[in-house]
Amino acid sequence: MKQAYFIRRIIMFIIVVILAATLNFIIPRMAPGDPIGAVLEELRARGASSGGDAEDEIVAAYRARFGLDQPIHLQYLRFLFNTLRFDLGYSISYYPQKVEAALLRSLPWTVGLLAFSTLISFAAGSFFGAMMAWPRAPGFMRRFVPMFMVLSAVPYYLLGLILVYIFAFVMRILPLGGAYSSGTVPRLDLEFLLDVMRHGALPALSIVLTSVGFWALGMRGVMVTVLGEDYLTLAEAKGLPDRRIFFAYAMRNALLPQVTSLAIALGTVASGSVLVEVVFNYPGIGWLLYNALRSSDYYMVQGVTFFLILTVAVSVLIVDLIYPLLDPRIER
Amino acid sequence: MIETLIHRGKAAGIYTLRTPKLLLGLILLSSLLLLSLVGPYVVDVDTARPISVATNQPPSAKFPLGTDSGGRDVLAVIIVGTPQTLMMGVIAGLVGVTLGASLGLVAGYFGGRIDMVISTCTDVMLTIPPLAILLVVAASVRTMSVLNMAIIIALLSWMFPARTIRAQVLSLREQPYVHMARLAGLSDIRIIFEEIMPNILPLAAASFVGATSGAILAGIGLEVLGMGPQRTPTLGMTIYWAQLYSALIRGLWWWWLPPIIVLIVLFVGLFLVSAAMDEFVNPRLRRTG
Repeated sequence: MKQAYFIRRIIMFIIVVILAATLNFIIPRMAPGDPIGAVLEELRARGASSGGDAEDEIVAAYRARFGLDQPIHLQYLRFLFNTLRFDLGYSISYYPQKVEAALLRSLPWTVGLLAFSTLISFAAGSFFGAMMAWPRAPGFMRRFVPMFMVLSAVPYYLLGLILVYIFAFVMRILPLGGAYSSGTVPRLDLEFLLDVMRHGALPALSIVLTSVGFWALGMRGVMVTVLGEDYLTLAEAKGLPDRRIFFAYAMRNALLPQVTSLAIALGTVASGSVLVEVVFNYPGIGWLLYNALRSSDYYMVQGVTFFLILTVAVSVLIVDLIYPLLDPRIER
Repeated sequence: MIETLIHRGKAAGIYTLRTPKLLLGLILLSSLLLLSLVGPYVVDVDTARPISVATNQPPSAKFPLGTDSGGRDVLAVIIVGTPQTLMMGVIAGLVGVTLGASLGLVAGYFGGRIDMVISTCTDVMLTIPPLAILLVVAASVRTMSVLNMAIIIALLSWMFPARTIRAQVLSLREQPYVHMARLAGLSDIRIIFEEIMPNILPLAAASFVGATSGAILAGIGLEVLGMGPQRTPTLGMTIYWAQLYSALIRGLWWWWLPPIIVLIVLFVGLFLVSAAMDEFVNPRLRRTG
C-alpha cells in the first residue's frame, strides 16, 4: 500500500516535469513572429541594420545556430533531451550567455529575499496564530485577527508600492528599488551586506506583512483542534506550567501541518517572486523572466519557467514523500 | 412556492445581518458595483481615453482624482476600469468553477479509471505555478482582451473546485438516500442532478467566490506587468502606466493610489464573503471565528 503510494507520487512527478518541458516548448512557438525577427526589428529601429540580402543571410545563419530551421519534431526531441540534462540553451538577447548561467546569477537574490521573508512570516505568523487560539493569551492578541485577515487579502506588490512611497519617497529613509546601490560592486563585507539589507527591507516587509496572516489563520485553526485533545486536558490536570503546555504540548503538535505548507511555500518562492521583483527592480529570477518576456527571448523564458515549475514540483514531491513518515496516521 | 421563496429570502437576510463578515464584505463589494453603475452618469467617461484632458493635474473640483501623464481623468479611468475587473473575475470564476465542478462530480461519482485520470490531471496542474504559465501565454497572445484573459485564467483555476467537489461527492455517494435512489432504479444522470447536485451547490458557490478572487488576483498581476488587455483601461494597467512614467517618484500619488485602494476594497470584500461562505458550508470553522 505504502509502496504503491510512493511509486504513484514519483510517476506523477515525472509526468509534471515532462509536461512542463512540453508546455514550455509549445506555448512560445504559438506566438506570431519569431525571436530572430524580433531582434532584427529592434536592430532596425535603432538604425543598426540596413536590410537587404546580407540581412537574410544573417537571419538564416542565426536560425541554423539556434536550430530553428529543423523540422518541429526534431526540435522538440532535442529540446526535451537538453532540458532534462539541464542544458537550457543560449539566451537570444544576451548571446552568447547561457540560460543556466543567468539563472544561477539571479537565484541567490530571489532565494535570499523570498526565503528569508517567508521564514520570518512563518515564525511570526505561527506564534501569533497559536496565541490567538490560546484561551489564556493576553486580550490584545485577539484584536490582531481582523488586521491579519485584511492584510492577507491584499496583494503584496500593491502594499509594496504604498510602502515605497511612504519610506522611500516621502520619508527618504530607504532606497526606491534594486538590490544594492548602483556603482557598488557585489563583494563580501559588512558595508555591502548592510547596503543589501537596506535594499531588501521594503520588499521583505511587504511580503511579511501580507503573508503573516495566512500562517496565523492556519495555525489558529489547527491549534483550536489540538486544544480540544485529551492529552492537553491531562497536561493541565497534571499541573504543568502554562508555558510548557503552550509550547511543548499544543504548539508543537499544531506545527506539523504548518511545516508542510512551509515546504510548499518555500518551493513556490521562485514563482512568487515575479511581481515583487518587478515592482522593486530586484535582480532575481522574476526580473529575469519579465525581461526575457519583454524581449521575446524564447530560450530564457523556457528555461526560467521550466526552473520555476521544477522547484515547485520537487518541493511538493519531497513533502508528499516525507509526510507519511512524519505522521503515521496518514496512510493513503 | 412564493411563500417559501419569501421565507428563504428573509432567512438569508437575517443570516446576513447576523454575520458581520458577510455584511461588511457585501457592503464593500456593492459599493464598487454602485461606483461602476452610477459613475458613468456623473463623470464623463470619455475622459478615460488618453489625451482627452490636461496632463498631471492634481485633484481639484473639476478632476476629483486629478489627471495622469497620458491626459486621462483618473476618476473616469477608475469608473471604466472597475467593472472590467469585476467582469473578468466573474467570467473566469464561473467558467473555472463550472469546469472544476463537472470534473469533480464525474470523478467522484463514477470513480475507477475516470477518477484516476481526472485526479492525476488535477494534481499535475496544481503543481504548475499559474503565473509562470499565464505570463508565457500572455506574452504569446498579441491582442489581449478582457474576455480572452478571463478564459485563459479560467483554464488555470478549475483545479481547487474540482478537488473539493470530488471529495464532497465521494462522501455523498455513500449516503443512504443515494443508495435508496439507486435501488429505486434511478439512472445515474437523475441521481447526479436530483440527489447530488443540490447538495454540492453551496460548496460550489463558496468555491466560486474563492475562484473569482483568485482570477482577479492573477488578472491584476498580468495587467501590472503590462500584459493585460491593451484597448480598455483597467485598474492594473493604470498601475503599470503609473510605474512606467515613475509616478511614484514624481509625487503623482493621485495616479496610482486610487486604483490600489479600489483593488484593496475589492480583495478584502471578496475575502470576507468567501470566509463567511466557508463558515456557512463548514460550520466547524465558526467556533474559531
